[in-house]
Amino acid sequence: MTTDRQDDVNSDISGLSRRDVLKGGTALGVLAVTGIDSHALAQIGNPSLPAAFRTEIEVSFRVNGDRSSLALDPRSSLLDVLRDQLGLTGAKKGCDHGQCGACTVHVDGRRVASCMTLAVQIDDLDITTIEGLSEGDDLHPMQQAFIDHDALQCGYCTPGQIMAGVACVREEHAGSPQQIREYMSGNLCRCGAYPGIVAAIADAARAMEG
Amino acid sequence: MKRFDYARPADLGSAIATLAAAGDGTRLVAGGTTLFDLMKLDVETPGRLVDINGLAELRGIDTGGDELRLGALVRMADAAEDTRLKADFPLLSEALWKAASQQLRNMASLGGNLLQRTRCAYFRHGEPFACNKRNPGSGCAAIDGANRSHAFFGGSDACVAAYPGDFAIALIAMDAVIDVEGAKGRRSLAIADLHRQPGARPHQDANLSPDEIIVQIRIPANSVGRASTYHKVRDRESYAFAVVSTAAAVRIEDGVVADVRIALGGVATVPWRARSAEQALIGRRLDAETAAEAGRIAFEGAAPLNHNSFKIELGANVVRDALIIAAGRA
Repeated sequence: MTTDRQDDVNSDISGLSRRDVLKGGTALGVLAVTGIDSHALAQIGNPSLPAAFRTEIEVSFRVNGDRSSLALDPRSSLLDVLRDQLGLTGAKKGCDHGQCGACTVHVDGRRVASCMTLAVQIDDLDITTIEGLSEGDDLHPMQQAFIDHDALQCGYCTPGQIMAGVACVREEHAGSPQQIREYMSGNLCRCGAYPGIVAAIADAARAMEG
Repeated sequence: MKRFDYARPADLGSAIATLAAAGDGTRLVAGGTTLFDLMKLDVETPGRLVDINGLAELRGIDTGGDELRLGALVRMADAAEDTRLKADFPLLSEALWKAASQQLRNMASLGGNLLQRTRCAYFRHGEPFACNKRNPGSGCAAIDGANRSHAFFGGSDACVAAYPGDFAIALIAMDAVIDVEGAKGRRSLAIADLHRQPGARPHQDANLSPDEIIVQIRIPANSVGRASTYHKVRDRESYAFAVVSTAAAVRIEDGVVADVRIALGGVATVPWRARSAEQALIGRRLDAETAAEAGRIAFEGAAPLNHNSFKIELGANVVRDALIIAAGRA
């Protein structure tokens, strides 16, 4: 046999029809609305109450140490909140689909694509952007290394490169040029400044660890 | 993007009740790296989102016992760094770190990754292109279109979109089990039964009902995982989907193959186990010749499209190389 998958993957799921699911959904919805006691829900097999849906969400978080509280449309990306509501335009909108890395920021110390982060998901978390990286006029070693190695041309990707680079070092993924290239592959540079970027991160890694 | 309402249940029971009560047009969101992306493209247009990141019971990771358990909300980056996975199941760790970028791996959950939707350009980019997965009944622009990245295994007249993930390819090689929970209780299914071939209903990717949530992934402890690899060939060296990938694992006893697992990515509509290629190796020495033969067998029966027939030869070589890499780790 050459087709390696004879099992019927197209069979219906667990005998549960769409109609059953819809009926179950309606029943639970009615129970929730009319406030029938938890025994009725437990009989359906689930003692918990549904969570409420909202069109506007109160979110409280810290950006570069400063606390913010906003009422957000749940469609907002973290990137748009940073740039349009908080005036922090360091993180850049390149592709807006998580493909280029220009929007990279740290959430609780981990690098993320802020364009792909639902802003309502950062409630109670700590955000660090490129604006929060230096200590006053003292540049972060990664910022200094990018200057020293001329690791940019137009500079549009640079805030994302630097934030990703800092995380790359902290994750201990900057042990060799090869490892830096692998773990920085989510940050694209259209100008092709990659040799300088890799050298800058290797240099900054020594400064950050030393 | 279409406006939606948002709910954030605090535990699994509440999440299932929320889903069951919400009905049509409701989607789960965890990391959001697939869903938010497709919502920006208006390919996914849910009216309600249920955010499950508050479900602490789905965040556990226990790789110390006879069965490895990975909670559905464990992030890809964290699972990739797990010491047991790296030591005893390198194919699983590699499948994770060779996917996406570190930014996305920090966000994406394992459960969500399994359900990542296809990268078919006609699916993603909407009108005027026909796509039965996006718009049932509209047709398939890929079958006679630009189909270099499409599937030649498991397709139908309605859809040839390739399953894009990596981790599920490694999991199917390890016979992983998925635990799901819904309004009717908890059930388990083999990872091989999670994804659906398109058939006549390409819009339904997975064998899950709308109120069900993936709770955890279980991987039976075994001795075949240690000599393994996830070999992923891409158009660029990193941060790209597989052109062809192979999850390979092998156990050699007395100089011959006692157990071997081969699964293929990038070429099929679902994670694809190459069982006949495995069978051809059992009881034989694993060398360049037998590995190459297994590679050729793995791609027998392929139904190539206009632009992807090159993957039959490429894929056979990827399987051969994966087997040699895996055996080298014994």
